[in-house]
Amino acid sequence: MSKSVLHTAESRDKSDHGWLKSYHTFSFGGNYNPERIQFGALRVLNDDWVNGGMGFGEHPHDNMEIISIPLSGALQHEDSMNNIAVIESGEIQVMSAGTGIYHKEFNKNENEPAAFLQIWLFPNQRNVEPRYQQQRYSDRSIPNEFQQILSPDPSEGSVWIYQNAWFNIADFDMEKSTDYKLKNKDNGLYVFMLKGSASVGTQALNERDGYGIWDTDEVTIRTAKGSKILLMEVPMNY
Amino acid sequence: MEKTEILIVCTHDEILKTIVRLIDSNSTMHGTGANSLEQALTLFKSTAFQLVLLGAGLEPQEEEELILNLNRSNRKVPIVYHYGGGSGLLFTEIYQALGK
Repeated sequence: MSKSVLHTAESRDKSDHGWLKSYHTFSFGGNYNPERIQFGALRVLNDDWVNGGMGFGEHPHDNMEIISIPLSGALQHEDSMNNIAVIESGEIQVMSAGTGIYHKEFNKNENEPAAFLQIWLFPNQRNVEPRYQQQRYSDRSIPNEFQQILSPDPSEGSVWIYQNAWFNIADFDMEKSTDYKLKNKDNGLYVFMLKGSASVGTQALNERDGYGIWDTDEVTIRTAKGSKILLMEVPMNY
Repeated sequence: MEKTEILIVCTHDEILKTIVRLIDSNSTMHGTGANSLEQALTLFKSTAFQLVLLGAGLEPQEEEELILNLNRSNRKVPIVYHYGGGSGLLFTEIYQALGK
């Protein structure tokens, strides 16, 4: 019998720093909710909106797999591994923080906001050598098909991290039913509704709702026209 | 009010300073940093810590030795891994470890 958890968009914690508005699906920063800590290895799902020209000053990370997915606009990234890059909508960035890195990221555009997802997964190895990777995935997108954008295996072509996780993303311009088969029976699937609406099994989802399901081999996702979805398959025990 | 004494072990000095600063910014907590196994063991003997946060950088055998020795000294003090290196997860880790 599968198990599930629903996190509606409205139930997320919100922090407003003026230049940054962030919606936290799970406890983050000073916001602590013992009922909302994580979904398996998925520990942070922040839906961030950054004003033009503003951003996060230099700050450290260690022992975390940090994934950024811009949804609109562009971010300028600089880190202590001498990476300087701009990431924009249609791209994904991963950092394995490992033994420790510093980085900063700013909205590249002075006059328009940037929206991006900041996702943190617990690593399956502590104290790895830090690494950075960035990839454009939108060039390979097929309309109405889920596209893998992250995996644990460098040979799979997408960006990779130190965790047995797989991310898929898709835009739908038609109604469609898709069966998602989990790669591992010990994994769960966290569905984040980026735009529009869908149903996962019998659960209806609206924009920015999150829904986790585990103890199942397969999940049926029925998407509405105009929807966009991110699927995050992660270990429930890591 | 008595502050919660927290020992943070991390070999990355800048990250260690950041975590101590973040903990000290909370008026109910006080952080003490150790950047090596030896320093952590020495500090643990001299201060009544209520929590140990195990950050990045120790070798696996050093982590094992640290946990073994701390448990031998005082099994009641929780030892938890710290992830993330900054403020994102820090206070949740502390509150969870202290059962709040």
